Amino acid sequence: MSTPEIRVNDSELVEPVAVHADSRPSEWVMMLREAWRMGRTKIGVVIFGAIVAIAVVGPWVAPYSPTEFVAPPFSPPDIPTTWFGSDYLGHDVLTRVLYGGRTVILLALLATIIGLGLGVTLGLITGYARRWIDESIMRILDVVLAFPQIVLALLFVSILGPRLWLIVVIVGVSHAPRIARVARAATLEVAQRDFVRAAEALGIARWKILFNEILPSITSPLLVEFGLRLTYSIGVIAALSFLGFGMQPPAADWGLMINENRIGIVIQPWPVLVPVLLIGILTIGTNLIADGLGRALIGIERDTGVG
Amino acid sequence: MPPLLKLILIRIGLGVLTLLLVSVVVFVATQALPGDAAKAILGREAANKDRYEAVKEQLGLNKPVLQQYVGWLGGVVTGDLGDSLAQGSPVTGLIGRRVVNSFILVFVAALVSVPVSLILGSITALRRDTKFDTGVTVGSLTLAALPEFVIGIILILLFATQVIKVMPATSRVDSGLPILQQLELFVLPALTLTLAVAPYITRILRASTIEVLESEYVMMARLKGLPERLVLNRHALPNALAPALQVTALNLAWLAGGVVVVEYLFAFPGIGSLLVDSVANRDMPMVQAITLIIAAVYVVANLTADILTILVSPRLRTGLR
Repeated sequence: MSTPEIRVNDSELVEPVAVHADSRPSEWVMMLREAWRMGRTKIGVVIFGAIVAIAVVGPWVAPYSPTEFVAPPFSPPDIPTTWFGSDYLGHDVLTRVLYGGRTVILLALLATIIGLGLGVTLGLITGYARRWIDESIMRILDVVLAFPQIVLALLFVSILGPRLWLIVVIVGVSHAPRIARVARAATLEVAQRDFVRAAEALGIARWKILFNEILPSITSPLLVEFGLRLTYSIGVIAALSFLGFGMQPPAADWGLMINENRIGIVIQPWPVLVPVLLIGILTIGTNLIADGLGRALIGIERDTGVG
Repeated sequence: MPPLLKLILIRIGLGVLTLLLVSVVVFVATQALPGDAAKAILGREAANKDRYEAVKEQLGLNKPVLQQYVGWLGGVVTGDLGDSLAQGSPVTGLIGRRVVNSFILVFVAALVSVPVSLILGSITALRRDTKFDTGVTVGSLTLAALPEFVIGIILILLFATQVIKVMPATSRVDSGLPILQQLELFVLPALTLTLAVAPYITRILRASTIEVLESEYVMMARLKGLPERLVLNRHALPNALAPALQVTALNLAWLAGGVVVVEYLFAFPGIGSLLVDSVANRDMPMVQAITLIIAAVYVVANLTADILTILVSPRLRTGLR
């Protein structure tokens, strides 16, 4: 392959026209800096970091085993032995909370990454391809959009059973059309710029233009999307566990804990309340980050006159 | 044909096409996937050859796939959705009342959330950066982040168990009474759905109103000396409503899926809780019927939004000429 040669030609020819190739930091670095200046982003990062820390470190500091019987079912808190009491089987609530965050965070991250990968690829193609390819892919994406995420997941769980990989893939796929729309809109705009035109004139392969020239220029809106979609992934995956189609007993999982201990909510609210609050705080954290990034992006686009 | 009408007809045609493709997805997912539906339904009993063949026959799995699909779609169009595997009677009869219950629930939630958020959205835009604005903005940002079951459980803890015990925690339906005489069943589920969608509509209306208020034509209208009321009602709010309409419709469409978790949480007798039960029982005809209904509501809500947007937004209307 003669790729290096083309590269040299590419940069020599492109540099004079491309304003991009100067020493200014990339747009997305500017966006991150701008977002970090906002209080809401800092709060979001601290919250997200704290919950992730609980989930990651939790199993090492848990006082008991998550399947160990420590008290009669639905016992009230008894400090210092059981801080939040016991659950419907008599397990220690604090222990199960400390064990139960890993799965939801990990699965949500995976689903979001799948959705981002798929959505960005489709968005780049539709934003840069000929009309009929664009039209037919967008039509198919409309069909995926017609199913609320949880309903799409339930549809496939009904035939293939509650498999974790299936849930991750379906949640990822259901994100893809929304991410694709954002990526497509950004691509349409970037494709008109001089450095893309120059690359086209050089006869560089279209897929190389897509991934080497256009993709780096649309990173900022995609980072905002990532934060937003992560929030929804956490919600949908926790909801599926709550419905009984995610992690299966005896696993310790926040969504599952809520479902298992609902019947005892009047006498022992802690095994429901603690996971509910942790999921809620986690999504507030990710949403604050996404909001901060979104505002920073709008600010930068206004300043640079892009978009 | 006038261009406006043509635009609307094209949009309707695309909607019908989407619905058709939706039915293909539902069919393929439940009946034509390599994972054998008959085996999925029978579980361990699948080893029993006679039972297995009987279920395959009942589902029509022995016919070619295309013929199965056409037969199934014909049934859907004529209102014959097959028999429930769990209960043995026709799906149409079993879901009829539940569709009505879910519809009322969504309708109540929409009836509360849309006006409240439109008012909150425009007031916060007009009184920008006041304490009221900040409060609503922080509140809606927080609520928008929360999954609906988190909101629902917090409401249960607040109103049905711990703090103030005024509401039933689950909807225990008295089937002898018409549902409209048991309105207390609707309160917490409807409130949960309202709190889940209102923040989105509020935020978009606030943003779009601010954008319009800063636009040149509103400035122009003000400079012309038009009374502020006329500036807002004639020039600003109609244009601000166009993007808000889209988000409102998307959120109302979201309600069609949102009922699944909320109905399950409150044991509300609608199609959402029935879907969860049917998935757990692997009752395929029921799953097919309910996912189709929900997707159809979603598509129609979006279609309506697009058409309303075309009709209401002056920019689009005049851009056609």
